[in-house]
Amino acid sequence: MATSPKLDAKIPDGPLESKWTKYRSTVPLVNPANKRNIEVIIIGTGLAGASAASTLAELGYKVKAFCFQDSARRAHSIAAQGGINAAKNYQNDGDSVYRLFYDTIKGGDYRAREANVYRLAEVSGNIIDQCVAAGVPFAREYGGLLSNRSFGGTQVQRTFYAAGQTGQQLLLGAYSGLQRQVGAGTVEMYTRHEMLDIVMIDDKCRGIIARNLVTGELERHFGHAVLLCTGGYGNVFYLSTNAMGSNVTAAWKAHRKGAFFGNPCFTQIHPTCIPVSGDHQSKLTLMSESLRNDGRIWVPKKQNDNRPADQIPEDERDYYLERRYPAFGNLVPRDIASRAAKERCDAGYGVGTSKMAVYLDYYAAYERYGKGEVNKRGIHNASHDQILELGKAVVKEKYGNLFDMYKQITGEDPYVVPMRIYPAVHYTMGGLWVDYNLMTTVPGLYALGEANFSDHGANRLGASALMQGLADGYFVIPYTIGAYLANEIRTKAISTDHPAFVQAEKEVKDRITKLLTIKGTKSPEAYHKELGKIMWDKCGMARNEQGLKEAIQEIRALKKEFWSNVKVMGDADEFNPELDKANRVADFIELGELMCLDALDRNESCGGHFREEYQTEEGEAKRDDEGYMYVSAWEYQGESAWELHREELNYENIKIAQRSYK
Amino acid sequence: MEGNMNLTLQVWRQKNSRTEGRMESYKLSGISEDMSFLEMFDVLNEQLIVEGKEPVAFDHDCREGICGACSMYINGRPHGPLQGVTTCQLHMRSFKDGDTIVVEPWRAQAFPVIKDLVTDRGSFDRIISAGGFISVNTGNAQDANSIPVPKENADASFMAAACIGCGACVAACKNASAMLFTSAKISQLALLPQGQAESAARAKKMIAQMDEEGFGACTNTGACAAECPKGISMENIARMNREYFAAEMGTKE
Amino acid sequence: MSWVTQTFSSTLGRKLIMSLTGLFLSVFLIVHVSGNFQLFHSDEGLGFNKYAVFMTTFPPIKVVSYGLYAFILLHAIDGLLLAAKNRKARGPQRYVVVRNQSSWASRNMAILGTVLLLYIVVHMHDFWWQYKFGEVPYRQYEQSLATGTVTSSAYNGPAIQGKMEEFVREDTQTRVTIVKDLYAETKAAFANPLLVAFYLLGMWALAYHLVHGFQSAFQTLGWNHPKYNPLIRFVGVWVFGIGIPLAFAAMPVYFYIKSLGA
Repeated sequence: MATSPKLDAKIPDGPLESKWTKYRSTVPLVNPANKRNIEVIIIGTGLAGASAASTLAELGYKVKAFCFQDSARRAHSIAAQGGINAAKNYQNDGDSVYRLFYDTIKGGDYRAREANVYRLAEVSGNIIDQCVAAGVPFAREYGGLLSNRSFGGTQVQRTFYAAGQTGQQLLLGAYSGLQRQVGAGTVEMYTRHEMLDIVMIDDKCRGIIARNLVTGELERHFGHAVLLCTGGYGNVFYLSTNAMGSNVTAAWKAHRKGAFFGNPCFTQIHPTCIPVSGDHQSKLTLMSESLRNDGRIWVPKKQNDNRPADQIPEDERDYYLERRYPAFGNLVPRDIASRAAKERCDAGYGVGTSKMAVYLDYYAAYERYGKGEVNKRGIHNASHDQILELGKAVVKEKYGNLFDMYKQITGEDPYVVPMRIYPAVHYTMGGLWVDYNLMTTVPGLYALGEANFSDHGANRLGASALMQGLADGYFVIPYTIGAYLANEIRTKAISTDHPAFVQAEKEVKDRITKLLTIKGTKSPEAYHKELGKIMWDKCGMARNEQGLKEAIQEIRALKKEFWSNVKVMGDADEFNPELDKANRVADFIELGELMCLDALDRNESCGGHFREEYQTEEGEAKRDDEGYMYVSAWEYQGESAWELHREELNYENIKIAQRSYK
Repeated sequence: MEGNMNLTLQVWRQKNSRTEGRMESYKLSGISEDMSFLEMFDVLNEQLIVEGKEPVAFDHDCREGICGACSMYINGRPHGPLQGVTTCQLHMRSFKDGDTIVVEPWRAQAFPVIKDLVTDRGSFDRIISAGGFISVNTGNAQDANSIPVPKENADASFMAAACIGCGACVAACKNASAMLFTSAKISQLALLPQGQAESAARAKKMIAQMDEEGFGACTNTGACAAECPKGISMENIARMNREYFAAEMGTKE
Repeated sequence: MSWVTQTFSSTLGRKLIMSLTGLFLSVFLIVHVSGNFQLFHSDEGLGFNKYAVFMTTFPPIKVVSYGLYAFILLHAIDGLLLAAKNRKARGPQRYVVVRNQSSWASRNMAILGTVLLLYIVVHMHDFWWQYKFGEVPYRQYEQSLATGTVTSSAYNGPAIQGKMEEFVREDTQTRVTIVKDLYAETKAAFANPLLVAFYLLGMWALAYHLVHGFQSAFQTLGWNHPKYNPLIRFVGVWVFGIGIPLAFAAMPVYFYIKSLGA
């Protein structure tokens, strides 16, 4: 297999350790006087977007930033709970850039690019420095220095955190930097604006068409370069831990205009979410992975056991993770824990009214911590109830906010009955294909953060998403964008009366008119739900050839029905959330088809992609490095037509091994 | 029909900022107590679409209590009857079958209504732009552990930084004052050594902007802190006042 | 704009004015109430009337009292301006339903303050104005130097310069004090049940105003500390919110009851 000639990753030569340092020192620069005349458009204000916008503005570029939310501060990076990794080695436990790099590649099941991941690990330390300087209140020890925890089953403590709200604190840090530039007039901020197309002039991306979501007005914006920092597309499944507004539209428009889509089928399903409670469910809530540190996961040994948890005796419980993976037990990586839960529920061992849940039980932890407390306090002859109460107090201190959240959502008290959990779509490793400079296959169009495909391979490790978003925005794009913009200093701002802008706006307008004039019978929401069901059933945690083929047909049918029967209320020239939704659902439908196509092409199981045909006798994922050690980059060629390009992955610094957690 | 609750909703409807609004009444049935308050609104909107009426516009995004988008004034209280909970995390089990629920937008001069229950909270962004940051360009930072921060201060700073910018404090305050919001950011940065260099300028500029936006003054009623879904404390307002008075009287300008 | 106007035109600066003037007025109340306790003395008003002279003639107190009048006005005007600004901040539309999670007093400081302002006007007119510019009769007290017993009678002698004359009569071994009889004015005024009711209303407003206001002033000054908050709360509620208004309220009630007996 050879890399397609259309995919030049532009990885610098030389040894892995010096690629980035050397490249950074040789990448062309734009002089300050020219920067003032260069305009950069940034879509999305999450970690990647906000950090890129503020940094580029500090450098002197004229920046326009867009977000669909009412404030840049509400981007969904805010919801990340656990933490952010950095190879600081503050704990003196043997961490290093190489170890972080290695763990990330291995965790991604050997489907990520070495050079990008190494660079990510290299800049990870700078991110922490920058955030602390910007006032992010990370957790600290009594000596006043930063605290670390281990996360996602790594052997070192490299995760920095701010209680269970690390994403919030990092985003607010990046947001305040962005607002500082807005105040200084170097960033023009467009809130409640949604990008609805990119504008191509002479085969380069030169601007966007955006809709002002308040007035409905379509706006044309010119930019020498456009950065998509628009997050992931997990909402293609309808139910996910993403925000309601998270969408693929910006990335999808770029894809239709020539940006290749990388590894669209790589989806991360997070094992510890609160299960669906009924058809009304609009989104799923994640419970931090840290809960698996102390909780034990089990289902009844008997199928369709309707007894309440406390009436199922110990020897009739199946602690299936401990049984299947004695070495890692309840702490196996996300993809493995998720699949195991699905396997049990599908086989009829699920619990709760829906039977699509497993127990996460803290009883053993109450006992263990309680006994510890009894010893610590020197209490003799403590009753069992007393031990449990003391144990509960310890657990409350560690996980109180999560337990409260669970109670709030389910109405059940997790201190009394075991929690019920089920996997949910959480993150998409796939995204727009980008080269080492983070540029897509469209010149002048970049993708940062979750919107690109680059660093997590087929599975993302905990606390790595925040790291990647900020790395891309703070420390990568400010350098790499020079490689392109240094050649654009002679390009004067192009008038938005240019025919390409007029044409792009017309296409957007026509589509909006179309959506509003179908006047069918079903709401966009209803189509979204249907799409989600197809995707979850046939392109979710486990996939097979037949299911995927069916899914493609079903999605095509759904698309046809959508475009002839959708009912969009309201008008084009007003605040109209229904229209926004319809626009997004239409794009999700097209993406869904491509995801199934990609999953069908990849005849192996790796990371978050599990093909039932490719598993070991024990039901573990079976990777095919001979046939599939490549990045799938899909080129859009018209309705339901794509061409696959492959980028071969070469591992020069890492020994490929089978992941095993037994 | 998933549940068996029947409800009457009285909802503020307003086409846009230029038109007058009014309360409208809707009957809903089959509501499940496991639904979140916003999911109940999803049901209402589906029902309205079927009837060919315009659905109710409301702000919402993460639906897990952290983005700060959702903002409903429910039965006279921002985010409804529970303490420490955003609208999206309020569930229908907090209501009874047969209840009438009155839902209004945040009401403040500085939060004009865009449509129905959606308001424009851009004033908060402008307050942050005025000084709610530490002026550190990317790349300037020294090693993160070179500045120790006493744990107590770091924790207090974090508690203030937990603000989600939803505006419930403004909605709850009889004066529509933004003191709790503004003070949370000033406190967060004032409690950290990194924030000291600009603390005087920050306090002056942020408060000047807050006044310019048309928020009211503080009467120390404490309604803001009582309704804050993130438990931001009034101590922050006191700290902001100290910062401000020191800044006005202790600087050259 | 100078820093002074800048500071005091901001909402926080104006709150600072409210807090400082408010605390000053609170301190004045302590002086006022302790002086007024003379009313309960069974010396036929001698102590009270002398106290009234002292308060209106001693130069430092005179200076402070003009400051006091200015502060009352400043507190009232600033408060009303803030209230207007606050009302405007709510915007054009009011809430249909409000279940505010705060104390009633804290939400009604402007109304309570307005009642108090009205009260002060009536109070000043009845006593301060009468005393200074009105026709207040004089009373002559004779206090035995040996036993301290006081006898008094209406003064009908030649005109007195100023508010008081005091001398010792060698023959009777008594101290003679001829003084403007504010005590009698007070006694007469509080025989009127309507005025007594109005004073009680005033003190009720004072109680609620101070229960919130005293603590609030410290919060505005930035004095919010877990260590000291309980003390401030205690003083605010028990001394200023309950003790002082109750003591003041006791006076009209005392005279009214006395008038019934007479």
